[in-house]
Amino acid sequence: MECFHWLRHHCQQLVASDRACGWYSTDSLAAKGQQEACGAAAQGRLGGKRRTVIARRGPYQAEYHDVSKEFQGNAIRTTKYSLLSFVPMNLFQQFQRVANLYFLFLVLLNWVPAVEAFQKEITMVPLVVVLIVIAFKDALEDYRRYLFDKKVNDNLVRIYSSKQNAYIDQHWQDVRVGDFIRLSCNEIIPADVLLLYSSDPRGICYIETANLDGETNLKQRQVVTDLPLQGSELTPESFYCRIECENPNYNLGRFRGYMEHSNKVRVGLHNNNLLLRSCTVRNTDTIIGIVIYAGHETKAMKNNSGPRYKQSRLERRLNMDVLWCVLLLFAMCLTAAIGHGLWLKRWIDPIYSIAEQISPTLAGFYVFWTMIIVLQVLIPISLYVSIEIVKLGQIYFIQNDLALYNEQLDSGIQCRALNITEDLGQIQFLFSDKTGTLTENKMVFQCCTIYGVQYPHKENGVFLVLARCKAGSFTTTTQSPMAAWHEKAKAGQDTSNVGLTNPSDQMTDVLQDKGTQGDYCGDDNAPHGRAETLGVSRQALEDWASGLYESRQMAIDDQLVYEAESPDEAALVHAAQAYHCTLRGRSVGGLTVDLLGTAGCLDIHLLHVLPFDATRKRMSVVVRHPLTGQVVVYAKGADSVIMDLAKKPHTPAGEGYSNIREQTQKHLDNYARDGLRTLCIAKKVLDEEHYEAWLKGQLLAETSIENREELLMESAQRLETNLTLLGATGIVDRLQEEVPETIEALQRAGIKVWVLTGDKQETAVNIACACKLLGPNDQILTANCGSKDACEALLQQLLSEVGGRDVGEGLSRPSDGENVASSNSAAGDFILIMDGQTLEWALKDELKGGFLELSRQCKAVICCRSTPLQKSQVVQLVRNHLNVLTLAIGDGANDVSMIQVADVGIGISGQEGMQAVMSSDFAISRFKHLRKLLLVHGHWCYSRLANMILYFFYKNVMYVNLLFWYQFFSGFSGSVMTNSWILILFNLLFTSVPPLVYGVLDRDTPAEILMEWPELYRASPNSKVYVSSTFWLTILDAFYQSLVCFFIPYLAYAGSDVGVLAFGSPINASALLIILLHQIIESNTLMWMHIAVLLGSGVFYFVFTLLFSMGCVTCSPPTNPVGVETLQMSQPLFYMVCALTTVTALLPRVLIRALLNSMSSSFAKMDKSGPKEYVERMRWWNRTRSRTRTLRVSADDPGLEPSDNLMVS
Amino acid sequence: MGKEAAKKGPLASRPDNSAFMQQRLPAWSPMLTASTVLPFLYCMAALCMFLGVLLLITVEGTQEMKMDYTEAGSCNDCFKFLQNVINAGKSCSCKVMIPLEQEFKGNVFFYYGLQNFHQNLRKYMDSRDDAQMVGRKYNLKKPSPYCEPYITDKNLPIAPCGAVANSMFNDSFSLWYHSPSGPIAVPLYRNGITWYTDENVKFRNPYSNQSLAQAFNGTTKPPYWQQPVYKLDPSNPNNNGFINEDLIVWMREAAFPNFKKLYGILKRTKEPFTNGLPAGNYSINISYNFPVQHFNGRKQVVLSTVTWFGGQNRFLPIAYLVTSGLVLLMAVILTVIWWKFGRNAKNMEE
Repeated sequence: MECFHWLRHHCQQLVASDRACGWYSTDSLAAKGQQEACGAAAQGRLGGKRRTVIARRGPYQAEYHDVSKEFQGNAIRTTKYSLLSFVPMNLFQQFQRVANLYFLFLVLLNWVPAVEAFQKEITMVPLVVVLIVIAFKDALEDYRRYLFDKKVNDNLVRIYSSKQNAYIDQHWQDVRVGDFIRLSCNEIIPADVLLLYSSDPRGICYIETANLDGETNLKQRQVVTDLPLQGSELTPESFYCRIECENPNYNLGRFRGYMEHSNKVRVGLHNNNLLLRSCTVRNTDTIIGIVIYAGHETKAMKNNSGPRYKQSRLERRLNMDVLWCVLLLFAMCLTAAIGHGLWLKRWIDPIYSIAEQISPTLAGFYVFWTMIIVLQVLIPISLYVSIEIVKLGQIYFIQNDLALYNEQLDSGIQCRALNITEDLGQIQFLFSDKTGTLTENKMVFQCCTIYGVQYPHKENGVFLVLARCKAGSFTTTTQSPMAAWHEKAKAGQDTSNVGLTNPSDQMTDVLQDKGTQGDYCGDDNAPHGRAETLGVSRQALEDWASGLYESRQMAIDDQLVYEAESPDEAALVHAAQAYHCTLRGRSVGGLTVDLLGTAGCLDIHLLHVLPFDATRKRMSVVVRHPLTGQVVVYAKGADSVIMDLAKKPHTPAGEGYSNIREQTQKHLDNYARDGLRTLCIAKKVLDEEHYEAWLKGQLLAETSIENREELLMESAQRLETNLTLLGATGIVDRLQEEVPETIEALQRAGIKVWVLTGDKQETAVNIACACKLLGPNDQILTANCGSKDACEALLQQLLSEVGGRDVGEGLSRPSDGENVASSNSAAGDFILIMDGQTLEWALKDELKGGFLELSRQCKAVICCRSTPLQKSQVVQLVRNHLNVLTLAIGDGANDVSMIQVADVGIGISGQEGMQAVMSSDFAISRFKHLRKLLLVHGHWCYSRLANMILYFFYKNVMYVNLLFWYQFFSGFSGSVMTNSWILILFNLLFTSVPPLVYGVLDRDTPAEILMEWPELYRASPNSKVYVSSTFWLTILDAFYQSLVCFFIPYLAYAGSDVGVLAFGSPINASALLIILLHQIIESNTLMWMHIAVLLGSGVFYFVFTLLFSMGCVTCSPPTNPVGVETLQMSQPLFYMVCALTTVTALLPRVLIRALLNSMSSSFAKMDKSGPKEYVERMRWWNRTRSRTRTLRVSADDPGLEPSDNLMVS
Repeated sequence: MGKEAAKKGPLASRPDNSAFMQQRLPAWSPMLTASTVLPFLYCMAALCMFLGVLLLITVEGTQEMKMDYTEAGSCNDCFKFLQNVINAGKSCSCKVMIPLEQEFKGNVFFYYGLQNFHQNLRKYMDSRDDAQMVGRKYNLKKPSPYCEPYITDKNLPIAPCGAVANSMFNDSFSLWYHSPSGPIAVPLYRNGITWYTDENVKFRNPYSNQSLAQAFNGTTKPPYWQQPVYKLDPSNPNNNGFINEDLIVWMREAAFPNFKKLYGILKRTKEPFTNGLPAGNYSINISYNFPVQHFNGRKQVVLSTVTWFGGQNRFLPIAYLVTSGLVLLMAVILTVIWWKFGRNAKNMEE
C-alpha cells in the first residue's frame, strides 16, 4: 500500500508540475524534496535561478509583461478536481488502489464468456459501490476545500491602480506579482510582499505569524534599507527599481535578493523585509509593499502539506495476512480446477453436459478463473475501505475527548495522521524531549551569579518544583548568598536611600538589592566593580531580550507586556523589570531603559544584533554604553561556549578573574544540579578602530547575496573573541502538571521512556528525578567518555554490571509471583545516562549492538547534550534494531527529525512555534494528555481495529467456504446455491455495517480501569489481539463454522427434492445469524447503536430476500428466485435447520470464550477481589513469559564483576 | 459545521461533554464466563434434547419405499435396449414389482429419483431462459443467449430453450395395486405437484387467442424431446405448454446429483386408498425412455409419506440429540472447571 501512496503522490506531482506545483502536496514533509525538484523544473522554464520583479503599474510596464508571464496569480486552488475533471480524475486516482484494480480485474474476468460466473452487471456492483462511496467522500472534501478557497480568494485588499492613481479594493485573487498593495493594522497579508513603506517613523512594521506557525508573538519587519523614497509615502508611478530575488521556495526563514535602483545601486534584501502571506499586520497603521510571490508560489502555500500517510504496523501484518488469503484463494481455485478436470474425465457424453467438446484440462482452467470470481470475497478488499472508515470514527472520538482538551489554549488534540491510531496502543519505546515537553517552557528567572557571587531571586523560590529532588541542598544555597549579599550591599556607598523607599512587601530586600544596583551604576569608584557589572549586565540582558521583541503597554493596569522569541529571554526581561530596570521601548537604533538609580530613562544606542544560531550557540549585541560612550559587545549563550570564549583574562586582575571564572563555573554546576537552565554572559569593550574594522566586514557580509550566511557567521565569530566573563543566570523551567504521574503510568504500562535533551547532564538528571523517571532506588549508570575505545570498554563494563545483577536475580528469583514483584521494585532499576559525545560513539556501527543491549536492560535512558540529528539516530536505531514501535514527542524545531523518524510522532503545541506540530502525527498541548491518548485511546483503537480485522477475515472465509463446499456436490463447476445478487450483497450490505460500529465503539475495558491500571496496556493477554496465532485460529474457526453451516443443511436435505436455491436459503440465513451472533460473542460491550445495527442487518436481510423472492420474476437471469425464499421461510424445517446450525457452529467459540474468561481472571472476578489482584496476577503472568528471554540475554556475560566507580547514585 | 460555527468564545473548540462523544454510553457487556454461560448451556441442552426426541418420534411415524428400477425386473431389457445407439429415442416399456410390508398412512407421494445426474452444474443450470418461460413473445422467438447450445434447431427457436428443458426426464409411470381381488390402478394426482408461484408466476404460456399449438407456431421442440411442448400431456389439455407440471418440476434444478422429484400424489377418494396405501404387492408400469448409462446414473421410484418437516430424514433428530449431548458435555466440563477455578481463586485471595 505504501508503494501505492507513493505512486499516487507521484502522479499528483506530475499533474501538479504542469501547473507549477498547483496544489497542496498531499504527502509528508518528505515530499519537500520533490517540491524542490518541481521548483527546479519551473526555474528551468524561467531561465535561471532568479526572478525579476518589476512594478506592475510602474514605469516599466512594457517590460513587466515579458518578465512576469510565468508568475502565478494570487488565486489559490487547493481543490483536486474541477467540475469537469472530477469523474475522470477521481476514477484515475481510485484505480491506483490495488483493491479497486482487483475488483476491476474481476469485472473484466466476468466478461469472458468461458469463465463467466455471474451476470455481467452483478460483478460490477461491489466495484461501483466502492467507487461511489469513495467518490462521494472525495467530492465532499473537495467541495469543502473549494468553499474555503473561494472565501480566501474573495477577501478584499487595496491594490494600487494607475488609472485612478489610488489604492482601490480588489479581491485577493486579482493580486499579481508586482502589484503595490496597501495594508492597515490587523489586516491579513494576501501574498508575499516586500515591505517598502511603513507608517512607523523607524520604518518597521510588526506582524503576527500565528496563521503560519502558531506563534502569537509579534515579529518585526523592516522596510528595505536605503530606499530613496523613505519618509514620504511611496508613489508607485515613480518606482524605478527592479527586484531580483530567489525563485519561490518553501523555506520560511530565508529570503535573499537585491533591489536595483535606477542608478544601479543595489540594496540587499533579506528575510526581514518580506511579509509572508497569511500573517497579520499589527501595531502599524499603514504599510505599502510590492508583491513578490503570489498564490501558490508564496512561502505559506509552499509549506502547506496535507495529512501524512504512514502505514501502521497492524496494516503491515494485515497485508501479510491478505497475502495468505490470496494463497488460500489460489488453493481453493486450484482444487476446484483439478476436481473439475478429473470429474469431467469420467463422463463420455452425459445428457446434462453442455455439448461443447473441450478437454478436461481446458475446462479445469476455465473453472479456475470462474472460481476466482465466485470466491472473490475471500480477499477482504472491503476491509481496506472499512478500516479507513473505522479509523475516521476513532479519530473523531479521540478529537472529541474532553480529557485531551486544554482550556487555557482552547485546543484539543489534533490528529494529523489519519491511519496510525492503533499504533498508539502498542508503543514500547517513548522518546521525549525535555524542554517544553516535560516542562512548561515558561521560564522564570531564578538566580544569577555576577563576578563569582551568587544572587538568588527569592520571588520565584516557591516555584522550584524541581528542587524537591534535592531539597536539602537547595534551601541552603538560597539562604546563604542572601545573607552574603546583604553584607556586601551594606559595604557599598549610598546603599539604602533609594531601596528603602520601596513598598515593604516580602520582596523588599530583593528590590533593595536592585536599588543599590542602580546606584552603583554611575559610580566611578568602582570601574570594574561588581555593582557596575551587574547593572550593565542587566542592561545587556535587556538589550538581548529587547533586541528581538516588542514591548507593548497594556492600558488597563499600566503594566508592560513583553513578548519574546524565546522564553528564556522573556524571563530575563521580566526579571530585570522586577529589579526596576525596565525596558520602556525599542526603536530602530536603540532602546529606552528605565533604570532606578538614574534620572529617568536611559537611551542605549544599539549598534548591532548578531542573532542566535544553533551552531554558535550564542547571540551578541553591540551597544554604545550610554555613560561611558564605549562600544561594548555583550554576548549571551550556552555556558560551554561562553566559558571557552572567555577563558583568557585580559583585565589587569588576572588572578582574580580566573577565580571569578572558577566560582562562576561552580555556581553553574550548582544551577544545573538544581535543574536550572543556565546562560552565560560575557562582554568585551571594543575600541573605535577595531569596531570600525569589524563594521566594514559586517556590512560587506550583510549586503552580499551569495554565501551571506557564512559571511555573517564569520563576522560574528570575529567579534566574539576575548570576552570577559560577567556572570551567569539560572532560569527555572517549571515541570508541566502531572508529568511525574504520566511518566510513572507509562512506565507501568511497560513503555520505556527515554529522554533526549540538549541540556546539560546535571539539568537532565534533575528533571528526570523531578518527573519520577528516576526512582529513589534506581541505579544510575553514567556513560561519559572521550574516545571510541573508551566508549567500547565502558559499554562492556556497564553491560556486565547490568547482566551480572540480572543473573543473580534470576537465580534467586522465588517461584511465587508476588515476591518477584516486590523484590524487583525494591532493588530498583538501571538508568543509563549518556552525554552527546558518548552517544556519538555509541551510535557507530561497531558499538551500537552493545549500546542497544545495555539500553534494553535499563528502565530508562537519558541522553544529554544531544543534537537533533543524534535524537533521530537514536530513535532510528532503536526502531530498526529492536523492532519495536517507537513514539517521539517534542515541541521544538530540534525535535522535528526525531518526530519524523519515529513510528508515531507527537508534537506539543507549545511556546516554540509549530514546526514540531507540523511534522507530527498527533499534536497535543500538554504532556499529560499522552497518558489518556496511549493508555485509553491507543489501547482501544488497537483492540478495536485488531478485533475488527480478525472478524472481517473470519466473516469472509466463513462465507466463501460455504460456496467452496458446494463445489464438491456440483462437479466443481463453479455453481453457487445462492442467487448472485444476494451473494454479492451479503458482504456489501448485510454484514458490512456491524463490524464498522464494532470497530468504532467497542470497549474491551472501561476507560477508568485503563487509566488506573496502566499495566493493562501491555500486561493483558488481550492486548495481543492480532498476531498470527489468533489469525490462524480465526481462520480455523471460520472453517469449522462453514463446515457446520454447510453440512448440517446438506445432510438435512440430502436425498430430498430440494432445489438449488431452496437449499441455499437456510444456509444463507444461518450464515448470517452465525456471523452476527459471532460478533456479539466477540464484542466486549454492546451499546444500543451496536444492537440496533446488528438487528437492522438481520432484519434487512430477511426483508430483502423476501421482497426479492416475491418481486423478482426475470430480474436475475438465469437463476430465478421467485417464491423460493417465501416458501422456504414458511416451512418449519428451515427454522429447525437454522437453529441447529447456528447453535452447533457457535458452540466452540462460546466454550473457548467461557473457558478463557473463567480460567484467566475475569472482570466478574475483578469486581469481587478488586483490580489490584488482577493486575498483580497479570504482571506475574507477563513476567513468567518474559523470564526466559531475560535470562538468555544476561547469560551472555555472567562472570564479570560490577564496578563501583561507575555508579553515580 | 453549523454547530461549530455557532459556538464562539474562549472555549469555542471544546468538545461536547455528551455521553456519546466521551464514549460513556451505557453498554451491556456480553462477557462470557462460566457463570453466565452455564445456565444457558443447560437450557440449550434440554431444548435440543426435547426437539430431538420430538423429531425422532415424528420421523419414526413415516414410511418410505425406494425402488431402483434401472436394471430391475423387465426394465433390464429396456436398459440394454436403450444402450444400443440405434434405439436412441425409441420407447420401451417395462414393469417392476414393489412389495409394501406396511400400510402407508395418510398422503402418499410418488417420486421419481435420479442418481448421479448433475442438475447443479453451472453451465447446465444457466442454460435456460426464464423470460421465455414467463411467456414473453419476444423471448419465445428469440431465446436468451444463456440457452446455449440449445437456442435454435434448424433455424427455428427452440421452445423451451436450453439444456435443462432439453434433458427433461421422460419416463412415465402407472402404479398398480395387486389386491386380493385383482390389480387396481392406483389413482394419482398428476397436477398440484408444483409450487403456487411456479405455476402462476414463473411459468406462463405465451398468449394466443387460438390454440396452444398456434401460440408456439414458429418454434421447434428441444432436440431430445419426442413431442413438442404443447403436446406434453395428451390426457389433460390444460397441462400443456410451459405450464406442464412435470416440466415445471424438472425446471426447478435439484441441489445435489442424487435427487428425487415429485411425480404424483395419491388420490384418496376411492377405496381402498382413502387412508393411504394398504400393505401388499404393487407393480409399476414404466415407459422407459430416459437413458442414464452415459453418466452411470440410476433411476428409482420413491413412495413416501411426509411429516410437518418434510420427508423421512433421520439426520435431523439425530443431529439434535448429538448436539444436545455435546452441549451437555460442555456444560459439565465447564461446571467442573468453574468449580475448580472458584476454589483456586479463593486460594489466591488468601
